[in-house]
Amino acid sequence: MASHYEAPIRKPLVLGDKGYHDVTVDIAAPVEGKANKQWWIVFTIALVAFLWGLGCIIYTISTGIGVWGLNRTVNWAWDITNFVWWVGIGHAGTLISAVLLLFRQKWRMAINRSAEAMTIFSVIQAGLFPIIHMGRPWLGYWVLPIPNQFGSLWVNFNSPLLWDVFAISTYLSVSLVFWWTGLLPDFAMIRDRAIKPFQKKIYSLLSFGWTGRAKDWQRFEEVSLVLAGLATPLVLSVHTIVSFDFATSVIPGWHTTIFPPYFVAGAIFSGFAMVNTLLIIMRKVCNLEAYITVQHIELMNIVIMITGSIVGCAYITELFIAWYSGVEYEQYAFLNRATGPYWWAYWAMMTCNVFSPQFMWFKKLRTSIMFSFFISIVVNIGMWFERFVIIVTSLHRDYLPSSWTMFSPTFVDIGIFIGTIGFFFVLFLLYSRTFPVIAQAEVKSILKSSGERFKKLRDEGKPLYEKPAAAASVEKAAVTEEKAEADPAQVSSLLDAIGTFDKDNDTADDLKKVKGIGPQMEETLNQIGIFTFAQVSKMTEKEYNLLDSITGSFPGRAQRDDWAGQAKKLNDKK
Amino acid sequence: MASKVIQALYNDDDVLMHAVKKVRAEHHHIEEVYTPFPVHGLDKAMGLADTRIAITSFMYGCLGLAVAIVMMNYIMIADWPQDIGGKPSFSYLENMPAFVPIMFEMTVFFAAHLMVITFYLRSRMWPFKKAENPDVRTTDDHFLMEIGLHDNEEELTALLRETGAVEIKVTEKES
Repeated sequence: MASHYEAPIRKPLVLGDKGYHDVTVDIAAPVEGKANKQWWIVFTIALVAFLWGLGCIIYTISTGIGVWGLNRTVNWAWDITNFVWWVGIGHAGTLISAVLLLFRQKWRMAINRSAEAMTIFSVIQAGLFPIIHMGRPWLGYWVLPIPNQFGSLWVNFNSPLLWDVFAISTYLSVSLVFWWTGLLPDFAMIRDRAIKPFQKKIYSLLSFGWTGRAKDWQRFEEVSLVLAGLATPLVLSVHTIVSFDFATSVIPGWHTTIFPPYFVAGAIFSGFAMVNTLLIIMRKVCNLEAYITVQHIELMNIVIMITGSIVGCAYITELFIAWYSGVEYEQYAFLNRATGPYWWAYWAMMTCNVFSPQFMWFKKLRTSIMFSFFISIVVNIGMWFERFVIIVTSLHRDYLPSSWTMFSPTFVDIGIFIGTIGFFFVLFLLYSRTFPVIAQAEVKSILKSSGERFKKLRDEGKPLYEKPAAAASVEKAAVTEEKAEADPAQVSSLLDAIGTFDKDNDTADDLKKVKGIGPQMEETLNQIGIFTFAQVSKMTEKEYNLLDSITGSFPGRAQRDDWAGQAKKLNDKK
Repeated sequence: MASKVIQALYNDDDVLMHAVKKVRAEHHHIEEVYTPFPVHGLDKAMGLADTRIAITSFMYGCLGLAVAIVMMNYIMIADWPQDIGGKPSFSYLENMPAFVPIMFEMTVFFAAHLMVITFYLRSRMWPFKKAENPDVRTTDDHFLMEIGLHDNEEELTALLRETGAVEIKVTEKES
C-alpha cells in the first residue's frame, strides 16, 4: 500500500486547502479561460521581435553571411555565441525532469512541464543558428550521412561539429517524446473537461486516446523512469559535445580539457536562471502560486548558487592552468581576456556569473521573489557574455598580430538574436495558454504526502480520507432517472428569481467548476432547471434557502462556498 | 460479444486500494481500474504482472549501438578511408575513440524512441484514437473499478457498496 507519509519537517509543496479536483480546476483554468490584456501585449511584442528576426534571417540568406559583422580574424561570433547560449538554457529542463526524477525530488513536479517546454523551445532557437550559418539552408541535409550523387563522399565522423548534429537532434527528439508522454494524461484531463466540441476534438487528438488504465500507468511510470535514465547521460553528453567544438581545436583559450564539465555546469546554471525568469512570471499570470511556491524558487536559487560557484571554480582553474602550462600563447589569451580591449565583457561575465549568485547564501535574498527574478536576468546576461568572451576574445587576437582586429555586430546580427528571443517567447506564450503547464497527474500523486491540506490533517492526527457511508445508489443503464421530488411551487419561484434555462439557445456550463458543487449536486441542480453560471451567479440568501429546502441536503453549504461569487467569476471568464 | 460489467466509482485513492484488496480477497476478477494519476502499489494489489518495457528498451539500445558500429565501420573504414589530421583510418578499433559520441547518441536515440513507440502501441495510443475511459471523471478526481458480472449482481453490488464506492453502475460493455 502506498504510504503517504512524509517527514513533518518538510514544507508543503502544494499550498492551500487543495483536493484532487481543485488541482484539476486550477491547472485547466488558464487553458479554459481567455487570455488577458497583458498576455496580448507581451505576445504582440514577442511576435514583432520574431518577425524582425525573420526579416533579418531572410536578408542574410538572400544576400549572404557578409551582412553579419564577421571578418577574416573573427570568423565565428554572435551566431555561435547565441547557439551555445540557447543550447545551454535548454539543459535545465532535462535536468529537472530527468535528474531530479532519478533523485526522487518531489518539488520537480510543479516545474518540470514548463522547464521541458523551455528546453524544447530553446533548442529550436539554438538549431536555427547552424542552419542559417550554412548560407544555403536548403542543403542542410548534406550534414546527414546519406548516399549521394558524389560517389563515396560521406560526412566526416571525426568532426565534433558532426557529433553536434547527432547530439542535438537526439536531444531535441528525445526531450520531445519525454515531454509529450508526460503530457498525455494531462491532455486527457482537459479533453474530458472540454465543453466546446472543437476543444474536445483537439485535445482528443493530442491526448492520443489516453485512458488511464492501471496497466497504462504502470508502463507510463516505467517509461518515465527509463527515459530519465537515458536523458541524464544524454543531457551531459550534449553540452560536452558542444564544448568539443572548441576544445578539440588548437586555438589558445579553446584548447582546454576542462571545457566539458565546465560547459555542462554553465548550461545548468543558465538554464535554471531561465526557468526562474519564466516561472516567476507564469505563477503570477496563471495564478499558480499555490503550486510554484517560494520554496520552489528558493530551491532553484540554491541550484543556481551551486552551479554558479562551479563555473567560478572553472574560470579560476582555467587561469591557473594557463599560467601553469607555461605556454605563452595560452597565457596571453587569458591575460588579454581580462585586461585587453574586451576587458568589459570579461568582467561583466565574472560579475554576473561568479559574484551575483553568491547573494543566494542569504535566506532572505533567495526567498525574495523580486530579487530572484533580478538575479535570474543577471545570470542570463552573464552566461551570454561567457560564450562571447570564450569565442570572440580567443579569436580577435590570433597568432599573427598584423591581423588582430575587433568585432562589431551589424544590425542583422542583433536582429537575428532579438528575433530568436521573440520566437522563444511566442512559443512559450502560446504554450502557456494551450497546454497544461503543470504536470497535474504527478502533482495529484504527491498531494497526500506533500499537500498542505493533508499535512494539516496528519498533524492533527486525523485520517487523510474518510470512507463514504455506504449509501451509493445503483444506477442501471437505460433505467429512467428518478426525478428529484421537489415542490413545483418552490422550483418555479426559484427559477423566477434567477432566470430559466432555454435548452435551444443557451449552453449548459460545467457547474462542477464551482467549488462545493459535486457531480451529484450538479445533477440535482440540473433537475431543478439550473444549468448555467449566469443562473447560479444571481442567487442570493433567499435563493440559497429555497435551494436548501428543495434539495434538503447540505444546508448552508452554498453560502459558505459563495457559489454566486464563484459563478460570476467563471461566467466572466467564459 | 457484449458482456455485463459493474462499475464502481471511488473518490479517494486509499479507499480504492482497500476496495481492490477486498474485492480480490473475495475472489472476484477485476477487469480494469481507471485512475486519474498513478496510484502506487495498485498494480501489485490488482495482481498485474510487471511491465517488461525496460527490457525492450535495453534491447533497442543494443540495436542502436550495433547500427552505429556498422555504420561507422562502413562509412569511415571500409567504404572511403581518409587520412584526417594525420590519423589514417586503418581499422575500426584504432579509430573507435572518435566514434564514441556517435555510438552513444545512436544508442540513446534507438532506446528512447523505440521504447516510447512500443509503449504507445502496447497501450493502444495514437493520434485519432478514441479514449476508452467509461467516465470522464476518471481523469479528474475519481477512480473507477470495473468487474465482470456473472449472474452475481446482487452480491457484487453489496460488496462494492460496503467498500465505500460513491457510485455503482451496471452496464453492457462491448468487447
